[in-house]
Amino acid sequence: MSIKKTLGVALALGIGATSLHAQDLRIGLQEDPDVLDPDQSRTFVGRIVYASLCDKLVDITPNLEIVPQLATGWNWSDDGLELTMTLRDGVTFHDGTPFNAEAVVANIDRSQNMPESRRKSEVKSITATEAVDDLTVKFTLGAPDATLIAQFADRAGMMVSPTAATAAGVDFGLNPVCSGPFAFKERIQQDRIVLEKFNAYWNADAINFDSVVFQPIPDTTVRLANLRAGDLDMLERLAATDVTSAKADASLQLEQATSLGYQGITINVGNGERAANPLGENAALRRALSLAVDREVINQVVFEGAFAAGNQPFPPTSPWYNDAYPVPARDVEAAKALLAEAGYPDGVAIEVQVANNPVQTQVMQVVQAMAAEAGIKIDLAATEFATLLADQSAGVYTASQIGWSGRVDPDGNIHQFMTTSGGINDSKYSNPEVDRLLDAARSANDTTERKSNYDAAIAILQQDVPIVYLYHPVWIWALSDRMQGFTPYPDGMIRLENVSLSE
Amino acid sequence: MLTFLARRILIAIPTIVLISIFVFGMQKLLPGDPVLVMAGEERNPEVIEFLREKYRLNDPIPVQYATWVGNAVQGDLGISLRTQQPVLDLIAEKLPVTIQLAVMALIIALTIGIPAGVLSAYKKGTWVDWLANIVALSGLSIPNFWLGIMLILLVSVNLGWLPASGYRPLADDFWLSLKTMLMPAFVLGTALAATLMRHTRSAMLGVLQSDYVRTARAKGMSENKVLVKHALRNALVPIVTVTTLLFGELLAGAVLTEQIFTIPGFGKLIVDAVFNRDYAVVQGIVLCTGVAFIAMNILADAAYRILNPRMNE
Amino acid sequence: MTAIPESMARPRSRFWRKLRANPSAILGGLLVAFFVLVALAAPLLPVPGPAETDWLAVRKPPSAAHLFGTDEIGRDVLSRMIWGAQASLLAGVVSVLIAVVLGVPLGVISGYRRGWTDAAISRFTEALLAAPFLILAIALAAFLGPSLRNAMIAIGLAAMPVFIRIARAQTMSVMTEDYVESARAIGLRHLPLITRYILPNIFPPILVQATLTIATAIIAEASLSFLGLGQQPPAPSWGSMLNTAKNFLEQAPWMAMWPGIGIFLVVLGFNLLGDGLRDALDPRDI
Repeated sequence: MSIKKTLGVALALGIGATSLHAQDLRIGLQEDPDVLDPDQSRTFVGRIVYASLCDKLVDITPNLEIVPQLATGWNWSDDGLELTMTLRDGVTFHDGTPFNAEAVVANIDRSQNMPESRRKSEVKSITATEAVDDLTVKFTLGAPDATLIAQFADRAGMMVSPTAATAAGVDFGLNPVCSGPFAFKERIQQDRIVLEKFNAYWNADAINFDSVVFQPIPDTTVRLANLRAGDLDMLERLAATDVTSAKADASLQLEQATSLGYQGITINVGNGERAANPLGENAALRRALSLAVDREVINQVVFEGAFAAGNQPFPPTSPWYNDAYPVPARDVEAAKALLAEAGYPDGVAIEVQVANNPVQTQVMQVVQAMAAEAGIKIDLAATEFATLLADQSAGVYTASQIGWSGRVDPDGNIHQFMTTSGGINDSKYSNPEVDRLLDAARSANDTTERKSNYDAAIAILQQDVPIVYLYHPVWIWALSDRMQGFTPYPDGMIRLENVSLSE
Repeated sequence: MLTFLARRILIAIPTIVLISIFVFGMQKLLPGDPVLVMAGEERNPEVIEFLREKYRLNDPIPVQYATWVGNAVQGDLGISLRTQQPVLDLIAEKLPVTIQLAVMALIIALTIGIPAGVLSAYKKGTWVDWLANIVALSGLSIPNFWLGIMLILLVSVNLGWLPASGYRPLADDFWLSLKTMLMPAFVLGTALAATLMRHTRSAMLGVLQSDYVRTARAKGMSENKVLVKHALRNALVPIVTVTTLLFGELLAGAVLTEQIFTIPGFGKLIVDAVFNRDYAVVQGIVLCTGVAFIAMNILADAAYRILNPRMNE
Repeated sequence: MTAIPESMARPRSRFWRKLRANPSAILGGLLVAFFVLVALAAPLLPVPGPAETDWLAVRKPPSAAHLFGTDEIGRDVLSRMIWGAQASLLAGVVSVLIAVVLGVPLGVISGYRRGWTDAAISRFTEALLAAPFLILAIALAAFLGPSLRNAMIAIGLAAMPVFIRIARAQTMSVMTEDYVESARAIGLRHLPLITRYILPNIFPPILVQATLTIATAIIAEASLSFLGLGQQPPAPSWGSMLNTAKNFLEQAPWMAMWPGIGIFLVVLGFNLLGDGLRDALDPRDI
């Protein structure tokens, strides 16, 4: 009798345990990802899918410390020119190919040499990759590169199956094979991406779902409605203006993290003929624009205070933020004085291109109204994305509202924008001292030394203002109250280890 | 009729070629560079140049067009620059979705619009006429996104009757597929019903007051016979015109409604393709929509002939 | 049945008499006149400027201070409705006029001449229908730059095919009527034939389509501003107000409600007026 009873209880528990694991997770995305090849992809939203599909050499903690993932340990040579990594034992890719040092060599080679690779600049500093033994890999660098480890925590560090990559070549993204907790099952463009649990995953015990379905639902209201109707289990990028109503719904929980990215206005200071505009030629006018806007009010009006006001490439919460230059209070009189001093007592006019999405248009209309009070007349030109991009890189603009999704290493938020030869320096700002400081910060492996270089560069940029930084988005996730164990990360990714869904 | 159809279908081929040249040329005139979009946030110049060569975007435009045609006649419509999926696969994926939505919306539009129009014309000037007109014009003025979101909130979130959004293929689960598509089809259908209702009403009014209907009535012909033999037949010409055009537009994709209900049809695909300057995808879809509009025009012309054989001349 | 209907050359007074006797036509006329007046009088009305912001009154429901409430950056919705009426009426009416003025003659010629003319015009219509509106709009935005006028041209061109098709079908249908055949038999010239018999017959469906297209055109204007073709923010239009309201349907329903009602009333006005015109012009209906 008692044995029977015990058996029954055990059975019940067993069934309970199985049903807890026999689960599908449905995640609502804001956009449809682009090609699913870590070496070729370029969108933020694609990285959310990779977080479940492709493991990286290293990962980050919510505090941006680098922690092991596929690499269990690493150390730098004293000159900062050699990085040796120890790899996790017993890891296989979804197709059964073993993960080892040879696989890392093949992956770095692919990132560096596949003509279509978008990762080239991220792994540029590596001059040689060598398999020391099966589980040890050594990277040789041309010059010290403090950013490399952080690159390995993102797409450049994602390991794809060399077998599959060789077989599929450039078409790898149609059927991606990695080593993450979930394997690719199917994709219907604009509809869904389905991943299913990879049973041989090295950390399979921490994974509680049999499958994950990513559904792109661009409309924020509809995305939230799907969650409330129970057609989704969680969603990313809840609109800041929906936070109040989502909080009021007892069946939902919210999680948030300040992003690594920023939004601002780039001013053309040296990119072709259009740089010959008052703001482009005169840093004092750019400072006036910066003083004319109330960043806290922008945050309140457009984002109901959910985002973070900002004035630097790093959010005020970042350890890299220069505390000597806090987010300035609005000062219309000072802005007017700067205008008068610069010879524009009657004000100045400037055209600003704005990406045609409702939120950016709203932000820029707020800026427009504020700037007008200081005598800076802004004409807005709504521009669709492809045109905006082409105009910016060709210098066919005077000022442009822009954003950057952000990188783990501070270098990613500043170097390529502010150095003379920076790849995306659309403003064509050029200052030898800033170049020197940012190059130095890149090659120094000592955090204090890097910080002092960034502080010095930011001090100069606060005077020169090629980009007027406005705010830092905050990632907001809405989850069903049945979800447990979700941890928000500042990179905006959804990591499913130890996340579960109760019945 | 058969020779008419055969002739029209033959003419359709050069028309399609013309349309494709027209759209190809227009696309090339657009500002923006697909390779810049594809290059990603970092925009590495080396990658940009490679992609430009790879997709032969440095060739003169006529050469690019010739290359595209050369591949297209062999059944290769190229690949999407954005996702690298073959365009033909994309079309095969979206076509059933779009057709299902279009057909369901049209059925709703016809079953509401035409009876309401006939009734409204019969009861001209009465409260029935007023009500029908007010409802129709509200249907037209209410933006699809508003009706769509309201329906989702009411029917899916509060009542839990229908899935909030998405798409299920008919072959997977017939009823679920119809249920999922019901709200978007309703949103589209009601807006079209308004247009159909107004046209039906106007056409019926015209015919009912015409001399031959009066004559027929005076001769003592039964009301039903008057209606079928004379009134409706003649009233149908503008209705056929409008219906075929609307159906063509539905087949070209309903952008906003698809976006609200997250339906993976042509509308969303083409918007993304244009914004990303995904030329091959745009060309591929335009081929489809071109065929759809030509087919609808042929259908309309055939219908005119059936309704009024003398239009044959 | 073969009798030639009364000629169009009726006394003008009869048309007005019939129109004035029609209460719904008068209501329609009043509605249209009201909005036209509002649009013209915008600068004189005692409302705040349409771009005037109040950071402390963002998305506030209707109140004594803001009768229609405020929008997403604290602007007075009533003021934006009034100032937006001008852009929206222009976008609605002018683009439809462009479509009618270009489309109807093309359709009539197509249906009247048949043969190669018809084939050419029909193929052109098909091309126009198949080309995505978005591409046309972005191209025009790039070459003509943002302005309400350019937006109206784009909408007009996009709305033209339906008028071509309707005019063509009606013409073809009228051409088979016995009275037209006899008129042709007695050698009536093309132009009188068209103005006397064909135009009156294509008039009703064109009028219906035109009054309906006004609604679509007002809404389309907004998507064009979005693509950089229409008028740019912060200038108001009903369409762009609706567009912005989309993200606040739950939090601020009034933002969508007022422009929705505005469009409804304008379209109702034009439709009632159109019905009245149609009845008044109908030679058979005394």
